[in-house]
Amino acid sequence: MTTDNSKTPPLLSIQNIETLYFDRIYALHGLSLSVREKEIFAVLGPNGAGKTTLLKTIAGLIKDQPKKGIIQFAGHRIHRLAPERVSSLGIVYVPEDRGLFRELTVRENLELGLWGRRDKGIKDDLEFCYQLFPILKARSTQQAETLSGGEQQMLAMARAMLRRPRLLMLDEPSLGLAPMIAKSVYDALLRISHAGTTILLVEQNARLALKIAGYGYIMEAGRIVLEGTSASLQANEDVKELYLGLGGETASPKGWRLYKKRRTW
Amino acid sequence: MDLIESYKEELQLVRRNWTRAWVLGLLVILLLLPLYCPEDWMQIAALVCIYSIGVQGQNLLIGYTGQISLGQAGFLAIGAFAFGHAARFGIPWPLALVVAGVVAGLFGVLVGFPSLKLKGPYLAIATMGFGIAVYQIFVNSELLSGGRMGLEVSRIEPWFGLSRAAFTYYFNFAFMLLFTIVSYNIISSYMGRAFIAVRDNDIAAEVIGVNLTRYKLLSFAVSSFYTGVCGGLYALYMRFLNPDMFTFMDSINMFVAVIIGGLASVEGSIMGAAFVLLVPKLFAAWKHLVPVIFGLTILVVLIFEPLGLAGRWMKFRLYFRNWPLR
Repeated sequence: MTTDNSKTPPLLSIQNIETLYFDRIYALHGLSLSVREKEIFAVLGPNGAGKTTLLKTIAGLIKDQPKKGIIQFAGHRIHRLAPERVSSLGIVYVPEDRGLFRELTVRENLELGLWGRRDKGIKDDLEFCYQLFPILKARSTQQAETLSGGEQQMLAMARAMLRRPRLLMLDEPSLGLAPMIAKSVYDALLRISHAGTTILLVEQNARLALKIAGYGYIMEAGRIVLEGTSASLQANEDVKELYLGLGGETASPKGWRLYKKRRTW
Repeated sequence: MDLIESYKEELQLVRRNWTRAWVLGLLVILLLLPLYCPEDWMQIAALVCIYSIGVQGQNLLIGYTGQISLGQAGFLAIGAFAFGHAARFGIPWPLALVVAGVVAGLFGVLVGFPSLKLKGPYLAIATMGFGIAVYQIFVNSELLSGGRMGLEVSRIEPWFGLSRAAFTYYFNFAFMLLFTIVSYNIISSYMGRAFIAVRDNDIAAEVIGVNLTRYKLLSFAVSSFYTGVCGGLYALYMRFLNPDMFTFMDSINMFVAVIIGGLASVEGSIMGAAFVLLVPKLFAAWKHLVPVIFGLTILVVLIFEPLGLAGRWMKFRLYFRNWPLR
């Protein structure tokens, strides 16, 4: 995962963006990050750090935002573009609620993933998705809302893959899944990455995310407070304490207060 | 919600032999209606045909795209008066019907703009405002409404030596058939899929590349085109137009027809239209009780059949598909 292509220009680069809600509340406050091609990047952070806002800002789903800063994707400036334009450039966002069309069947959901595509690779892509998630083939005539949580996540990922993304952005793919299912979803992500798709992952489950990601960012209050390779983050004492739950001290409320004073960001 | 087993099947308008049989049977019954039906009931049947076009249009908007509109009477009025004025200028009726649909469709796009920002009850109020405004404009403008005497519309003389009632029925039945086939085609085309995607999850629809603005406005345009044509046919049927025929209550009636018939169902729209027109007619003997009975039947249907008449119909079909095996 740690192939050294750091010299090539990043696929996605974000510089100093500021996203505001209601023109007053800063959700992203001078945030910068970059994503290199064909790697997995993880953005970690507590609730309300602005992780989802970051993905939505990139996808163009927050109108007239970001107020400041530049988002560049493969040489194009994409900030404030309409979501469908961003999507057509090859950025596909899988929202936290999975964004399925509940009353349509699995196959109809997948077909909508092919929206606007007229090329000949459709069959191969469908085959790739069915290989990735064989359960979807068995469930193809079932309504999406009747699927289990894990199957819904798989369907959302498969539908996103049918858009042939260059950058796949996932918002908490492990949310609400049993550990075994979460693991299989992450295995699929690894396979997607090996097939050449760049992945930007937002997660609260730091342990799982850092296991597959090559590089990670830690966000708090709309800013990146720490970044580094996955190995260096996993070795960082503060990350261990806060996100991996490996510290003993923070178990008690008093220990947590002391920790907050001591932490370096 | 139906049991579909292959993609080819899904593209077919009529899927099973059994469906083919009952559709054919129903068509024969409806085509032979003038042979056994008294004249006044034939008039009602013609009205159901006209009304069902408007209800189908509204179902495309509410049921399929999920945009609530309470201003359909406005589009109905615009369609009807556009038809009336066009006919007065000597434009032949087929062209005048197109004019009615297109004018209403353009207003539909205009009303669709708030839908880009508003959702649910807020959109309902905005569209309701449109319906009431249209009514007020027609009431206060003699130029538009044709003055105190209303706007007269000349009738079409019956073809093929048919009686007037039979001709009116066949004429409107043909239009209903045409629009029903168009509706089925719209919902199984990419356009229909986009409408459903916008209804089920607008963020996901945008993310996969569906242009939200375009498809929301398109659904308003298509829906009000239907309603406009419905208004034009209504003008031909009534042969006289007056703004009081298009009040807020008419919008509500159309809304009731959609809900009673069943959201997101074409056949439900036709059943809903029939329900809204037939229930008052059936209970016409108890004049002062008609609104009460009408309200009660709506309640009863929705208590026992939350999916509307189309839901009942679907259960009925599923039951007999496996009959006598249970």
